[in-house]
Amino acid sequence: MAFRDVIRLITSIGRIAEPAPPRPEVMADRPPELAGTVQIRHVDAGSCNGCEIEIANAFGPVYDLERYGARLVASPRHADVVLVTGVVTHNMREPLLRTVDATPRPRLVIAMGDCARNCGVFADAYGVAGAVRDVVDVDLEIPGCPPEPDAIVRAVRSVTGR
Amino acid sequence: MVLLLVQVVVMVALTPLLVGVMRQVRSRLEGRAGAGILQPWRDLRKLFAKEPLRAPGISWVQAAGPVVLVTSGLLLCALIPLVGTVASPLLTDDLFVVVGVLLVGTVALALVGLDAGSAFGGMGSSRHMTIAALVEPTVLVAVYALSVPIGSSALSRIVNARIEAPASVAAPVSLLAMVALAIAVMAETSRMPVDNPSTHLELTMVHEAMVLESSGRDLAWLELGSWLRLGALLGLIGTLTLPWGMAVEVAPVPALVGVVTLAVRLAVLGALLATLEVFLAKLRLFRVPELLAGSFVLALLAVTASYLTVTV
Amino acid sequence: MTDTGVRIQLALLALAVVVALLAPVHRRALLSGLVVAGIGIAGVLTGWLALTGHAGRLTIPVALPFGPVTLSPAPLGGFFMLVIGAVGAVCAVYSVGYVHGPAASRTSWVALAVFLTAMQLVAASADVVAFLLAWELMALSSTVLVLTEHAHRATVRSATLWYAAMTQLSFFLVLLGFAVLSAEAGSTQFADLAASHVDSAASNLAFVALLLGFAAKAGIVPLHVWLPRAHPEAPSHVSALMSAAMVKLGVYGAVLVTTQLLVSASTWRSLLVLGVGTLSAVYGILQASVASDIKRLLAFSTTENIGLMFLAIGASSLLRPYGSTDVADTALVACLLLVMAHAAFKTTLFLGAGSILRATGERDLDLLGGLVSRMPVTSATFGIGALGAAALPLTAGFVAEWVLLQSLIHGGGTQNRILAITMPVAVGAVALTAGLALMTFVKAYGIAFLARPRSEGASQAQESPTSMRVGLVVAAASVLGLGLVPGLSVSVASRALGLGDAAAAGSGGIDLVGLGATLHPGPLLLLALVLVVPVVVVSVAAARRRPRRDVDLAWGSGGVRVSPRMQYTATSYAEPLSRIFDDSLRPERDVVVTHSSEARYLVERIQYRQRLSDVFESRLYLPVIGVIERVGAAAKNLQNGKINFYLAYSFVAFLVVLMVVTL
Repeated sequence: MAFRDVIRLITSIGRIAEPAPPRPEVMADRPPELAGTVQIRHVDAGSCNGCEIEIANAFGPVYDLERYGARLVASPRHADVVLVTGVVTHNMREPLLRTVDATPRPRLVIAMGDCARNCGVFADAYGVAGAVRDVVDVDLEIPGCPPEPDAIVRAVRSVTGR
Repeated sequence: MVLLLVQVVVMVALTPLLVGVMRQVRSRLEGRAGAGILQPWRDLRKLFAKEPLRAPGISWVQAAGPVVLVTSGLLLCALIPLVGTVASPLLTDDLFVVVGVLLVGTVALALVGLDAGSAFGGMGSSRHMTIAALVEPTVLVAVYALSVPIGSSALSRIVNARIEAPASVAAPVSLLAMVALAIAVMAETSRMPVDNPSTHLELTMVHEAMVLESSGRDLAWLELGSWLRLGALLGLIGTLTLPWGMAVEVAPVPALVGVVTLAVRLAVLGALLATLEVFLAKLRLFRVPELLAGSFVLALLAVTASYLTVTV
Repeated sequence: MTDTGVRIQLALLALAVVVALLAPVHRRALLSGLVVAGIGIAGVLTGWLALTGHAGRLTIPVALPFGPVTLSPAPLGGFFMLVIGAVGAVCAVYSVGYVHGPAASRTSWVALAVFLTAMQLVAASADVVAFLLAWELMALSSTVLVLTEHAHRATVRSATLWYAAMTQLSFFLVLLGFAVLSAEAGSTQFADLAASHVDSAASNLAFVALLLGFAAKAGIVPLHVWLPRAHPEAPSHVSALMSAAMVKLGVYGAVLVTTQLLVSASTWRSLLVLGVGTLSAVYGILQASVASDIKRLLAFSTTENIGLMFLAIGASSLLRPYGSTDVADTALVACLLLVMAHAAFKTTLFLGAGSILRATGERDLDLLGGLVSRMPVTSATFGIGALGAAALPLTAGFVAEWVLLQSLIHGGGTQNRILAITMPVAVGAVALTAGLALMTFVKAYGIAFLARPRSEGASQAQESPTSMRVGLVVAAASVLGLGLVPGLSVSVASRALGLGDAAAAGSGGIDLVGLGATLHPGPLLLLALVLVVPVVVVSVAAARRRPRRDVDLAWGSGGVRVSPRMQYTATSYAEPLSRIFDDSLRPERDVVVTHSSEARYLVERIQYRQRLSDVFESRLYLPVIGVIERVGAAAKNLQNGKINFYLAYSFVAFLVVLMVVTL
């Protein structure tokens, strides 16, 4: 898009982010260090990418998850929360374990979507090793297939407390 | 000496806020609400409370490199005249020394990347050092251009001359040298269009790739060190383009005025840089040498202009 | 007084030869090493005496038709004696623990002693005959030393051949230049040569011949081709001596010629020296940055530093007629500071490379790694040497480069168009070499010592024995010492040039009065230490709450197959640079893809081969050598075995001699 068009877009649309919904309760056993700031490493253990699209929307301008102190990072060494989507396939079982191992403590694992919680529509499929809680300890679950961005925002806000 | 320590303390407080302002400006331009300008401080506080991890084969460089980077950043904030231009008799604020201290930090970061022992770390380190090698001619020749009208490469003397003769800031020498220096600063501090600081794609990373293996307080020092370097270099450009308000004597009121004008300068330059980043896309790695060669030519032109315009 | 010093050195040489020949095998290294170190220390003391004005004269009658050999070091010669003696002493101590196999033989020890003494005598010479005799002695003994390991590697022989050819070429050119000068001046003493006024045609010829001869010895492009071949093949203590000491005598010759023997205000001479210096600096570091053999990297880095020294000499003689003499003098001081700094860090680096070679058996950076925990002393000292070579603050290299840059930027270009163009280009070239040197030494240190071992040899490395460690630590300490107290080195350099003590400042810093520039590394270090305290305190406090935890695996995207082979190598580290500069480096790249026998679409093996050769060698030397070979082959037709032709040759030669004699 041309320079002029971008400037016109910015000045005419202004703020896209919707006002913040009421603050949810902080989750039980939330580590106090993570108040107000949480870095998230996303792992796709074998999803259909529906959850990934919802995460992208949650971090997009309309829901703007970053305003509550959350940020996606490139390495689990930088992360506090490992956000796992999709059912755990055989090939991704080992990498998922290593990713969670590579995250410094205090850390949380969030299982997002029905597939991550209880294999969803892929239960009993031949490539499936199990749900996320069969492989690593899960601290928070987000139900839905796929969960709405509102649900993702509520879950992350229950970690940051903002 | 007191002024130096004041500068260091003020910059440590201000640079995370500077990064916060830059992120906030970007967010607002993108239509988002943003996390607020205090978010970098919150992130730092949390990182100190996280444990650092050590993989097999990692050496003392993983812990020492970040400390060296942060110390070089602090030293930069002490040497560059940001709040005041009082020259200390024993401490040289020579521009070549400043560039040398900057490069110590660059080397420390590159070694941290190599120590990680992964392909990403080596790649980031290699690209980072290649860019640093190509930026250095521009920086040194721009310094040369700025020093010719004054006859000295001591920063405090250059800034004092600009305070006394405001018209010299708009002279062609000064403009060319500042543009060249600005491009060099963008390359050295890993900002757009040379490097995208918020990328997740390892093959596009330069700075991020070197810190992928660091965690906890190592990562905190690496982040703070990079922010200090960014703040010090932006402060240097601000001092050279808008030198008014700087303290010329060591007294409480001028120092306070100096701190306030420093904050204003940093905020303005940070906002400008953030706005530029919204409109620019990252350059391909092998286009970066062309950009740096262009900035080198600008710096050479600045020197020639300085020789032609100096009256004997 | 200096004559006593030289006498002591010659006596120690005789002792060294006796010890090397007669000592029992298990004591030979220790005793010979100590005596050779004694020669070095005697050289340091003699040089110091010459610098502080205690001149002396040693005349050795020689049965040649030129007159006796005069050994009387001027302050400049004394400076070089000091530097070479120091390097020699450190290398000798190091070699006690290092030498093994052919390097520990009697021949090698005798050659080493002769080499060191010959270098000292070159710097001590006060007349042409002494200079040339010592020069040739140095060339012969170093050739013997380079040839040490010829039975182990085939490349040694060709390297020695290149080296011998280039060193004799340099001798021939120096002889030619001195012969012209001596013929004009009517004497062989340097003092007489300096005082006489030689007419322009002869002086130009002499200048070009001497410059080329000294440039060939120093390793200046395009006469540098022997450096990257000979230095890697010699044993490491010899490489250190050649790189840190011998090539300095080329610089000594260049300084002697431009400042004492053939002083002139002609611009083309200064521009010639400046030009070859700049070219060598940039080309040398470019080749070093893409080299993956550690010794080849260090050899090209020597070319770069010698280029910077020639750049300083050229800038000084260019600035002298136009700018103020202060600036020109500062440029010469910068050259001598570069000499000292380079001697310090190159010794450290080559001795460190020798330590690595001894411990791992590898010279290729692509096969090293993970040595920082297994060889702590070597890694620390090599790291300090690398910092010095990269010219980072608090090291000797930084001080030298700072003085050089100050002299270039105060060049006074406002009065002259030539200066207005050459000074910025020179600063740009110095900056480019500094940037590339930074990358080269980060690569050398990081790939060799950090991360995980890339080969069997690297994973079995052990730290070096005591004598090697002592040599390394002394060399590294000098890199730091000269960087933290630069006032001392500046005052020594000023004395060597006869400029007095003007540039040293209090607290050991430098105060270039004529230029208004000061440098105080000591307070800078103190400030850095003050600033590091709160950082360390915060780290320790955080460590108490959250100590560092050991994990099983480095983060590599969670992959299952993680091997040291996946790390970056030196070749891959320099790949972006070799792509950016591929017009100057002209790498040859080969990719061979072997397909699987069952299916053409599956790939069984991919072989990538990259060959980086010296551009000057392949484009300049090989064609010339080809022409000479063809001429030689054609000339064989003259030797056809028929006696009629041979009688005819003798007859023609007799006629020619008669004609020449009667003319």
